[in-house]
Amino acid sequence: MTARRLDHVLLLVGFLALWQLLHWAVGPDVVASPAATIVRAGALLGTPAFWGHINATLTAFALASVISIVGGIALGLWLGLRRFAGDVADPILGTLYSIPKITLYPIILLMFGLGVSAKIAFGVIHGIFPIAIFAMNAVRNVAPVFRRTARVMRLSPLATAATVMAPAALPEILAGIRVGVALTLLGTLIGELFAATSGLGFVLIRAMDVHAVVDILAITLLLFCFAACVNASLRLVERWARHGG
Amino acid sequence: MAASGQISLRGVTKVFPGHDGHPDVHALGPVDLDIAAGEFFSVVGPSGCGKSTLLDILSGLSIATAGTATFDDKPLAGEVPDGIGAVFQQDASFFWLNVWDNVAFGLRRRGVGAPEVARRVDQALAFMGLTGFARAYPAQLSGGMRQRVCIARTLVLEPKVLLLDEPFGALDQQTRLLMGDELLRIWRETGATVVLITHALDEAAMLSDRVAVMSARPGRFIDIVTTGWPRTRDSRIVSDARFGAVTARLWEKLREESLRAMGVAAPHQDQRQE
Repeated sequence: MTARRLDHVLLLVGFLALWQLLHWAVGPDVVASPAATIVRAGALLGTPAFWGHINATLTAFALASVISIVGGIALGLWLGLRRFAGDVADPILGTLYSIPKITLYPIILLMFGLGVSAKIAFGVIHGIFPIAIFAMNAVRNVAPVFRRTARVMRLSPLATAATVMAPAALPEILAGIRVGVALTLLGTLIGELFAATSGLGFVLIRAMDVHAVVDILAITLLLFCFAACVNASLRLVERWARHGG
Repeated sequence: MAASGQISLRGVTKVFPGHDGHPDVHALGPVDLDIAAGEFFSVVGPSGCGKSTLLDILSGLSIATAGTATFDDKPLAGEVPDGIGAVFQQDASFFWLNVWDNVAFGLRRRGVGAPEVARRVDQALAFMGLTGFARAYPAQLSGGMRQRVCIARTLVLEPKVLLLDEPFGALDQQTRLLMGDELLRIWRETGATVVLITHALDEAAMLSDRVAVMSARPGRFIDIVTTGWPRTRDSRIVSDARFGAVTARLWEKLREESLRAMGVAAPHQDQRQE
């Protein structure tokens, strides 16, 4: 465990060193120094107005995540249990997942207007498809021997679903949630970058407009840390569900 | 114990209907078979000969297209009756449960009370040499140990008939021999009827009271060999001269069928099928 912690520290030091070198190479007008960025990030976190933006982003992200997860799992389970529907939906979902969603932005904006709902909608269209695809495959890929075992143990269909199929599919579903939530955050932020009046994406684009280099990097750093924390916690949940498998 | 765990097949046939213009597949039969209560019965045959189809019918997982299958004089009809347990080749241990909870699973689903569950699970774990691994998860165990967990999970339900579909197929040779000894011990101590499906001749010859040799598809019994081993046998029987005679006879029958299954011999047979 200590060796792994050392790896993390080395990685962090190496990252900061590269950043510092980049700062020296291209100059403070393009990349602010790590020290200046960290100081600025601390200062931003001490500003009530900035917390208002954080709050706006987190609210949109949380709602978009909940909709993506609930909708994606429901869709994925339904398609996974109905082989024919799944066969039909599989290529459609794959296409929806891979199209650049940014092209849909004008439509989303016209449908939802310049507010929190457009951000949420944009987050959801990024997150829901990967979660649905993972959930569908999770159900389809449950080892047939588990189903046979359930039948030999004379389990009812409901008991089979609840006590065998669900736990067997859970790790894959959680992997989908991890990927989907990361993309939901991306979608929410993109929504804020293009058309919003609050949120971290909005602050970021405003900082770009006035060429506030330190602000840009400070916000990016905070977003980076937040995304890494979300990902790490979801990975922990996933590892628990796999029990080392 | 008498007349409990007895299985009879009369004219059992299985035909899988063809899909998308493919012809029907005649997988099995017709076969007649009586497996006595408390017998150790094995079935060997070439790949794809319908061994697993036979097991599905014996367990009640699948219904015969024609003929009747009975377990203790009650018909087997598409549902697994109480008293039949099955262990498969693929790892079926539940990775989300530790060993103790895996073994307790079936008892809990049947609504057995907690103290009784604890007593029977602890007993089954001790019986299978798993006591020290009660809190381990399957991912932490070897393939052989995981198969022990599956066997313990089945035994704890006290089946009268234990069906084994190539349970040691994924294990290495030494482990297979030792698991074979383990199986003989289980068979002796529980008094259950054991039906073992395998492609390993030596395994079948070493373990069984009787060994049925199946033909290439559609699967039929072309020979049933009685070994005559004492009830207290173990894997050391492989050094007995009679063991050689039994395996030789099995191989002689099986060689022909395996070649036919591979499409090497008996071209007339193939033409007739078309």
